Amino acid sequence: MLEVVDVSGLVTFQDSGRRGFASFGVPASGPMDWFAYQAANSLVGNSVNTPVVEIGLGEAVFRAKRNCVLAVTGAGYEVLNYVWTFPLWTSFFVRAGWYVNIKKKSGGNWAYLASAGGFKVEPILNSSSTYLRGGLGDSIHAGDILQIGKPSNELLKFAARNFPVEKYMPYTQSPVIEVVAGPQKERFTEEGCRTFLNSEYTVSKTFDRMGYRLEGNSIAHSAGADLISEGMMTGSIQVPANGQPIVIMADSPTTGGYPKIANVVKTSLPLLAQCESDVSKIRFKETPVEEAQTKYRDMNAALYNHKSL
Amino acid sequence: MLKPLGDSALLVELGDKIDSAINQRVHALNALLQVNSIAGIVETVPAYSTLLIHYDPLILTLNQVTHWVQDKLTQADDSLNRKPRQLEVPTRYGGASGPDLEAVAVSKGISAAEVVRIHSELEYTVYMMGFTPGFPYLGTLDERLIMPRMETPRTLVKAGSVAIAGSQTGIYPLDSPGGWHLIGWTPLKLFDPTSEIPFLFSPGDMIKFTPIEDDHA
Repeated sequence: MLEVVDVSGLVTFQDSGRRGFASFGVPASGPMDWFAYQAANSLVGNSVNTPVVEIGLGEAVFRAKRNCVLAVTGAGYEVLNYVWTFPLWTSFFVRAGWYVNIKKKSGGNWAYLASAGGFKVEPILNSSSTYLRGGLGDSIHAGDILQIGKPSNELLKFAARNFPVEKYMPYTQSPVIEVVAGPQKERFTEEGCRTFLNSEYTVSKTFDRMGYRLEGNSIAHSAGADLISEGMMTGSIQVPANGQPIVIMADSPTTGGYPKIANVVKTSLPLLAQCESDVSKIRFKETPVEEAQTKYRDMNAALYNHKSL
Repeated sequence: MLKPLGDSALLVELGDKIDSAINQRVHALNALLQVNSIAGIVETVPAYSTLLIHYDPLILTLNQVTHWVQDKLTQADDSLNRKPRQLEVPTRYGGASGPDLEAVAVSKGISAAEVVRIHSELEYTVYMMGFTPGFPYLGTLDERLIMPRMETPRTLVKAGSVAIAGSQTGIYPLDSPGGWHLIGWTPLKLFDPTSEIPFLFSPGDMIKFTPIEDDHA
């Protein structure tokens, strides 16, 4: 068990997401950075869909009520365990009574805390992912007690492991984000499409789990900015009338009425999610769907087969 | 007609306007795909004139999904005799339940009773759901009631509010902000995540509003 001593920012439970209800208007939710989320579970021997604590744009302090093994991944944070500072992407043993402080630094927005055995969270609509706007679950508050399940092996087997993140996901504040063009590319002028692919964008101050508003050169429409509402998903890049792109993120509305110039591919979503407001310099690059899918499959295989684990 | 959306969805376009016949085809295709689903299809999202198919790229390639959909598209017209569910929505119009009813009547130059009669006379299709969990976009509204959205949206609309905007009408399932004109309120609970049937309506359902008096609620 972990006691929540203090939290700031947005701290919620997330699992792989809530699928199957999008046709009723329920977003997928799930982690903002799926790679960090899966790696955290993988480090402590949990199965793919185990709930973790997502720490966003703030800090969290916990106190262990029993011995446990934790792992923290993500970008823009460091971990203080008792008296030792740990880097992210490692797992570590925590003795009952010790404090674990997940501290914000620069270089990212989101961190993931997994426990060997997994946090026990009551699912709503088949998922433990919190979706605050829809009243599905609640954020984690100081004073909460987080229950932990039974680890898949002897506890200490999962301690002191590390994940070679640079090899697979080179987090940076000047990423090249791969996108699949369309489905409404023809709703933009040729000049507008060039602007999108040849300019630098940054994340504005207006960003949350629902979407990132980007700032940069304005993208020109050829046929107006109104579209009959249609389905969209995490990574969809909508461009409203002002020409400034909005990337739809984990708590994405299931439908939207602005033309979509492109969609961020799964392997680039973590890089974008960790882009900080004002600091980041984002460039976009088109990629064929087939290449994106191959890369995603390889990345998934690496997550669970890595030799150092 | 088939366009990839990123690396894990395929958009099927069956038209480019808000039209009852096109929307019927969307729901017919959706029903056909649900019945004949294959491993790797995550979920589908019907909208006015499109169907978005989410798939898992660890299981399916774009090519495989495209072939599966193309094959079903050739059969979709045969399933047009799909019988939609018909549901009644008891609605208390005007007063505190529909604070904008009078303003709508004045702006349209008809009486409030006439607005209620016109609104409750037609049967509407759930064209799609979105905005918040369980919000049904219903159409098509009678031309005599078409109003632009409010200039300044309300910060809080209470759950159950029946509203109109443009050629559409809808019901707010949750307390939420909203920019539609509120003409009534229903005691029905549209969304209850703890219930075995969390959503009262599904896309493609037919809905009719039935006026009720105050003491029925």
